[in-house]
Amino acid sequence: MPPRLAWRAAELVEIAGESATARTLCFRVPGWPGHLPGQHVDVRLTADDGYTAQRSYSLAGPADGDLVELTVENFPDGEVSPYLTEVIEVGDQVEVRGPVGGWFVWRPESKAPVLLVAGGSGIVPLMAMIRARRQAGSRVPFRLIYSLRDQDRRFYAEELRRPDPGLDVTYLYTRSAPAGASRPPGRLLLDDLAEGGWPANFEPDCYVCGPTGFVEAAADLLVALGHAPERIRTERFGPTGGS
Amino acid sequence: MSIISRGFHGRRRPDSDRLPPGQYLVDDFPVLSAGPTPQVPLDRWEFAIDTEAEQTHRWSWEEFQALPMETPTADIHCVTKWSKLDTTWEGVSLDVLFEDVETAAEYALIHSYGGYTTNLPLEDLLDGKAWLVHRFDGEDLEPRHGGPARLIVPHLYFWKSAKWVRGIRLLNEDWPGFWETAGYHNYGDPWREQRYEGD
Repeated sequence: MPPRLAWRAAELVEIAGESATARTLCFRVPGWPGHLPGQHVDVRLTADDGYTAQRSYSLAGPADGDLVELTVENFPDGEVSPYLTEVIEVGDQVEVRGPVGGWFVWRPESKAPVLLVAGGSGIVPLMAMIRARRQAGSRVPFRLIYSLRDQDRRFYAEELRRPDPGLDVTYLYTRSAPAGASRPPGRLLLDDLAEGGWPANFEPDCYVCGPTGFVEAAADLLVALGHAPERIRTERFGPTGGS
Repeated sequence: MSIISRGFHGRRRPDSDRLPPGQYLVDDFPVLSAGPTPQVPLDRWEFAIDTEAEQTHRWSWEEFQALPMETPTADIHCVTKWSKLDTTWEGVSLDVLFEDVETAAEYALIHSYGGYTTNLPLEDLLDGKAWLVHRFDGEDLEPRHGGPARLIVPHLYFWKSAKWVRGIRLLNEDWPGFWETAGYHNYGDPWREQRYEGD
């Protein structure tokens, strides 16, 4: 039997505001074994009467010693995200367990071009891949298509603005587009993926992450553009916005 | 000994005795899959059981529809922590599909349109524990939830309830499936919180 993944104490060492409704939390986790970009962790919170709640969160950065970074969007009806986005302060502790997931990952030794398609906070595991590429000095070309409601919801804005050779970023706004945007606000369409992505015959590895409806639509469009289903990896998350 | 998270109070939810450890209740129906949703036309759909002696039992959509249907109600528990109580389905008990299948195999590998696989002991599919279903909540099963037909095995984590199911291969030796080779537990009992390898 392989050893059980241990729950480890995680102390919050840094908080950064990420958007109007999200923040990035950096935890120090002694004994953390490292991880691949795209993997996630389970977070466990325990109240003083012993009540516990667990949730899974994608890791926002590549392995970095015993530091683990999460970006958490607040869902006001949630049980755990309001705590992580509004209550927890530097010095407070949670428990984490991981890394988990061996499918939705990008490996720095991979040579295939990469298409990243993010819907809202689905950017988080994809950002870990972008950062891992830079950290590894990989020259594999990446394209990121990032769909979001409006500019206020944008994560990692400054970092994505800095030039990163071989990384092309396209923003798609669904509700309100800033002045000078290349298209009117609206949902992701075939043309967006055809223009901001790779031709299917380049055989890119595609990673799609976001709310269920977004991922369903994006993955279907990629298949329609001729991308092989086995090259399209998806991660869907809740709240689900309907069944 | 757990670590207390200062300032965390949580929300106590009802029905906790039906909720396995680490799970929370949802009212909607989240979707989790590893890739695009396969589209399977009914005239090309078939379901097959292959035995360890290489005998194949096959059903077309019409033949499947002609089998005696049941309407199980079940609580489902996803390894990503959500649980949904009292889900209602319509489909065929695996006991019906296995009526004429001669086998001494102990293991089953489920395989799906789109290439997904998952494994479980054969006994976990029999004796009223599993169904091949084509309707959810009184409606035809949507593709995103596994339509035209999926398996439901409510007593195990929901990744064992394969969507877009195409067949079952019976094996003398256990053969791990998709998530089972990607770090998840080989069996997946939610009440024993068997989420990941080693749990």
